[in-house]
Order: sequence, then structure tokens, then C-alpha cells
Amino acid sequence: MGLITGLQSVSLVEVEEGTRVMAPNIIITSFDKLINWGRRSSLWPMTFGLACCAIEMMATYASHNDLDRMGIIPRGSPRQSDFMFIAGTVTKKMSEIVRRVYDQMPEPRYVISVGSCANSGGIFNTYSTVQGCDTFLPVDVYIPGCPPRPEAFIEGIIRLQEKIKHEEFRWSRWR
Amino acid sequence: MEPLQIAEKIKEKFPESWVDVKEFRGQVSVTLKKERIVEICSFLHDDPDLSLDYLVDLCGADYLGKKEKRFEVVYHLYSIPLRHAIRLKAEVPESDMKIDSVVPVWIGANWHEREAYDMFGIVFRGHPDLRRILLPETWEGFPLRKDYPLQGPEKEWSGFLDVLDRAKRYREFEWTD
Repeated sequence: MGLITGLQSVSLVEVEEGTRVMAPNIIITSFDKLINWGRRSSLWPMTFGLACCAIEMMATYASHNDLDRMGIIPRGSPRQSDFMFIAGTVTKKMSEIVRRVYDQMPEPRYVISVGSCANSGGIFNTYSTVQGCDTFLPVDVYIPGCPPRPEAFIEGIIRLQEKIKHEEFRWSRWR
Repeated sequence: MEPLQIAEKIKEKFPESWVDVKEFRGQVSVTLKKERIVEICSFLHDDPDLSLDYLVDLCGADYLGKKEKRFEVVYHLYSIPLRHAIRLKAEVPESDMKIDSVVPVWIGANWHEREAYDMFGIVFRGHPDLRRILLPETWEGFPLRKDYPLQGPEKEWSGFLDVLDRAKRYREFEWTD
């Protein structure tokens, strides 16, 4: 008597496309939506800064802009991280370390390139500077600016969340 | 002591090393031959009337096409007890890129001389640990020389080529939509 027997008669309310809620405690949705929602709601970045963009990144983490409210908590180990800010000038000597940190991150992993230097080398078109960190890393989001303001960081993170939101089938055996 | 008086003292004591003296806005630069630079520096450091105990800076300079002797090593000296300063310039010709190290006089010269070696290729004889300080050990060439191309030589540094190669090999493991 108390079991769910008359499913058809109870109304399912569609809260957004593909997700229906039935009072009191039943939600019908797809794995893609559930997992992408979980992932984008607790993005943990790698604590890693290279130059002045890192100062702006720290300001974004700090209380005034407060990335904690978005579920973003910087991690001290690449093995616990979901994404990584390339915040600052990437020199050729440093590129090896940047790549090694990225390689240690578990799937799914993302990269946000921050500022003119990481995006394209910026004003440093010189012998020692990598002309854009996308030469050796797969970059998901580029944040322009020199350095970008904290608002730009937040915008970049929101763009990454949008990207994760529209991923399909990434929860299965990867690739 | 006035800096020109210090220059005068150097000239009296080491006439065979003397090349030139210049004053600009109260700052005095003494140009010297490199052979007896350690002796001159220890004299400036130890003489009680001079007591130049603080090596403010040591750097290299390249005068390609502007001076007969291409390189210079520049010493900025200051006396903390007597509050006077002077600048020494030791000429280093391209044919003989060696100069004696002043680490025995001021121990702080260690990293400065390594930097001058790293950027200009000036070899400091008697330096305790003459390695590159900023660039990777496997780097070829000396980037602050005037004839070094700003965007680097055509041959890319091998360490960065390794990174590019690894990025290429790992591309197949990237997740794509």
C-alpha cells in the first residue's frame, strides 16, 4: 500500500531539460547530468603560480572574491586536483615542471591559461620564454589580461563549468 | 673621502693597471686593466682610509662594435663605515675571456660572477663553483651578448624540445568530445 504503485498518476515536474523531480524525494535524470553537476560544483585547482598573475589568483582565492563559495579549494598535490591555472610567464626551463605537474593530475583534468604570457608569450618574445603554454599543454579556457582581474578569473571558471556541463559520456571508462 | 681622491689613490698605487677615469653626476668610474684586479680590490677593501667593504654589484657588459676591448666587468663598491663609493671597470678582450675572481675579497661576489659567466661567458679564474646560475646547465650560448638573437638561436634548447616531444606523445591520451 505504501509502495510506489501508481507512478503514472503522480506528476513529474521537469525542473530543467532532462531532469524531472517527483515529490517528495525522487529525481529522474541522466548520468551525464548528475556527474557533470557534481564535477563542476567542486572543482579543485592545483596550487601553482608562476608570475604576477599568481598574485591576482591568490587575491581571487582570498576572502573578498572567495572562490570557496563556488566549491573551489586549492589543493597542494596534483593528485588531488581537477584543474590547473597556468598563472604567469612560462619559461622554457619551467615548462618541464609545468608539464610534469599536469601529467601527475588524474583524469578528468582541465587547464586554464591565465594572462597574456601564458596565452601567447605576451611581451616576452624572447629566447627564454615559451610562446604560449598551449604549445605543450591542452588548454580548455584562456583568460586574457595582464594580469586579469579577479572578476576575469571567476568568468574563466564559469566558462570551464559551462564546458564541463556539456560533456557527454566522460564518466565511463575514459576515452 | 671624495671618489676622485679614491681614483687618485688607485692611480698612485697601481699605475701600470690604470686606463682611464670618468666622472658623471658625482659618480666616478675607473677603467682598469684586468691583470691585477684582485690586488686592487683587496687594497680597496683593506686600506683603512678606503675600507670599501661592501660589493654593491658586480656585472658584465658587452660593448660590441663600440669599444676595442669588447667586454667589461663592472664592480660597484661602497664603504659602510666611511660612506663613500666608487665604480671599477675591468676590461676583458674577446680574445682572452678570463679574469680573476674577487670571491676571496667579497664572498658575495660568488653568485654575481656566476651570473656574468652565465650571460656573457666571462670565465672567473679561482671561482669556487663556476656554473650557470639562471639558465639550465645544458643551455648553449650566452644570451646577454649583443650578437645573441633576441628570440634565441635557430636551434631550440634540447630541454624544451623534450617537453614538446612528450606533449606530442601524450596527446593520444587526451580526452576529446
